Amino acid sequence: MDVVIEVDGLRKTYGGFTAVDGVDLEVVRGEVFGLLGPNGAGKTTTVEICEGYRKRSGGEVRVLGEDPQHPSPDWRCRIGLVLQASQASEELTVAECITHFGSFYPAPRTTDEVLALVALEAKRDDRAGKLSGGQQRRLDVALGIVGRPELLFLDEPTTGFDPEARRQFWDLIRALQAEGTTIVLTTHYLDEAEALADRVAVLAGGRIKALGDPATLGGRADAAATVTWIDDDGHHELRTAEPTRTVAELGQRFGGEVPHLTVRRPTLEDIYLSLIGDHT
Amino acid sequence: MSATLGRPPLTKVMWSRFVVEMKSFVRNPQSIGFSLAFPVMMLFLFASIFRGQVRDSGVTVSQLYVAGLIGSAALSTGFVNTAIRVAFDRERGELKRLAGTPMPKIAFFVGRGATVLVMTALQVAVLLAAGVILYDLTLPSDIGRWLTFLGVLGLGVFSSTLLGLAVGGRVRNANAAPAVVNLPFVALQFISGVFIPFTQLPSSMHTLSAFFPLRWLAQGMRSVFLPDRYQVNEPSGTWQHPLMWAILAGWCLVGLLVCVRWFRWVDREPRARRGASR
Repeated sequence: MDVVIEVDGLRKTYGGFTAVDGVDLEVVRGEVFGLLGPNGAGKTTTVEICEGYRKRSGGEVRVLGEDPQHPSPDWRCRIGLVLQASQASEELTVAECITHFGSFYPAPRTTDEVLALVALEAKRDDRAGKLSGGQQRRLDVALGIVGRPELLFLDEPTTGFDPEARRQFWDLIRALQAEGTTIVLTTHYLDEAEALADRVAVLAGGRIKALGDPATLGGRADAAATVTWIDDDGHHELRTAEPTRTVAELGQRFGGEVPHLTVRRPTLEDIYLSLIGDHT
Repeated sequence: MSATLGRPPLTKVMWSRFVVEMKSFVRNPQSIGFSLAFPVMMLFLFASIFRGQVRDSGVTVSQLYVAGLIGSAALSTGFVNTAIRVAFDRERGELKRLAGTPMPKIAFFVGRGATVLVMTALQVAVLLAAGVILYDLTLPSDIGRWLTFLGVLGLGVFSSTLLGLAVGGRVRNANAAPAVVNLPFVALQFISGVFIPFTQLPSSMHTLSAFFPLRWLAQGMRSVFLPDRYQVNEPSGTWQHPLMWAILAGWCLVGLLVCVRWFRWVDREPRARRGASR
C-alpha cells in the first residue's frame, strides 16, 4: 500500500515539557485518518510537525516522501491545510479569498468549483468578515482545498457548525475522499470520527493509546454488551458476552415482544473515555 | 499530477499579493481616513498654533511642518501601520496559513512593501497639495531635488517597513501593538524637528534625534522643499546630505537584520500550550 505519512518514534519537547512522546503511525493513500484526544494530548503538535510548521525533537517523519522539516514549495503544492485558529482577510470577498489562494498553486480548482464544494455560492460576493462562524470555517476549508491537494489536514474543522452544516461538511469530506484525497482529521467529535474515519488513533499524554477501525477500536466489537428492559418489577440491566442468546431467552420468557428492550455495545465515546482515563 | 506542472511565476504571485493588500486597505474606511486625514489634521493644528517665519529665513513655520510631516509619512505607514497590521495578521492565523501554502515568502513582503509605498505616496500627495494650496509651498523645479525626494522617501519606506515587520512579528498581543509602536513614533516626532522646529529644541535633542531615522527623513524633506538659504537653521548649519544617506542606509540594514531575527510566521509553541504555561 502507498504510505502517505510515516511517523516513527516522534518526540517533541518544549523546554522541559514533553508534548509528544514516541508516536508511531502510518497513513495510507486514500484513507481518512482520525486523530482523537483531549486538549494537550499532543494532537496539534503531531499534526503541525507533519504539516512542516514545527521541528521535531526526535524520531523520523516522512510526508509524501519528504521530510516536512524542510518543506519545499513543490511539496507545499501537494498539501492542503485547514488550521484550528485562522480568519480570512475581513475586507476581501469570499470569492476573492479563494481566487487569491488559488493563485499560489500550479493547477488550482476554479473558484466556482470550490464555492460549490463548500456550499458558499450564495456568499461569493460577501465580505469574509461578515460570515457566520460556520461559514468562515467553510471558507477555511475552501482555502485548504483550492490547490487540489493530495493530502489534506483538517484541524477541528466543524467546531461551531450547526448539525445540518456538519452533515454537509461530512458529505464534502466523502466527496474529496472519493476523488482520491488522503485526509487527516483532528476532531473532538467522536460521532464525526466514526462517520468519516477509516482508522482513528487516540492520543493522550503524547502517546498513542489505541489505533484502528473506529468500529472495533479498543476491542469495542467484542466487548460485553448491555441488555436492558423494563417489566413490572422495574428496570433490568444485564451485561453479557452473548447478547443474542440473552435476547432469545427474554423473548421466550415474555412470549414475544420484550418490553423496552435495548442492546448496546460500548460506543466509541465509552471506549475513548476509558482510553484517555486519567489524562483528562 | 500537479507537482509536474510549473508553479505560477513569482511576479504573478507578487502582483496577486499586492492586489489583495490594496483591496484590504482601500475597503477599510477607518484606515484610509486615518492615514490620510491624520497628517493633514496635525498640519492644520500646528500651523495654526505656531505662526510666522523661522528667524527671518523667508520660510514659514507652516512650510516647515509640511516638509517634516512628509518625512513622517514614511515612518507612520511603514512602521506604525505595518507593525499593527502584521501583529493582527499573526494573531488571527493569517501568517501561519500563508506559510502553509506554496506562496514564496518574498511575495508577501513585496506585496506589503508596495502597499506601504502607495499609502505613503497618497499621504505625501495630500500633504503637498495642502502645502501648495494653503501655505505657499513651492514645488522644486530641478531634477536633483526630486531625486533626493525619491531617495529619502524610498529609504524611509524600506527601513520603516522592515522595522514594522520586525516589531509586529514580536509583539505578543496584537491589541498592545498600537501602543507599542506609537510611543516611539510620537516621541520621535517631538525630538526630530517634526512638531517643534529644531531652532526651538535644545542641542541634546539634536544629538539624540541624530541616531534615529525620522530626523533625517524630515531634514531630507526640508532640503527638498525649502530654499537652500534655510539650511543655516539646521543643527549643523547644512543639509548634511552625506550623513543623512549613511544613516538612512544604516537603518535599512538594521531593519533587515532585526526583521530576519524577529519576524515569525508561526509561534514557537502552540498557542494553547503557551497560554497554559502562564
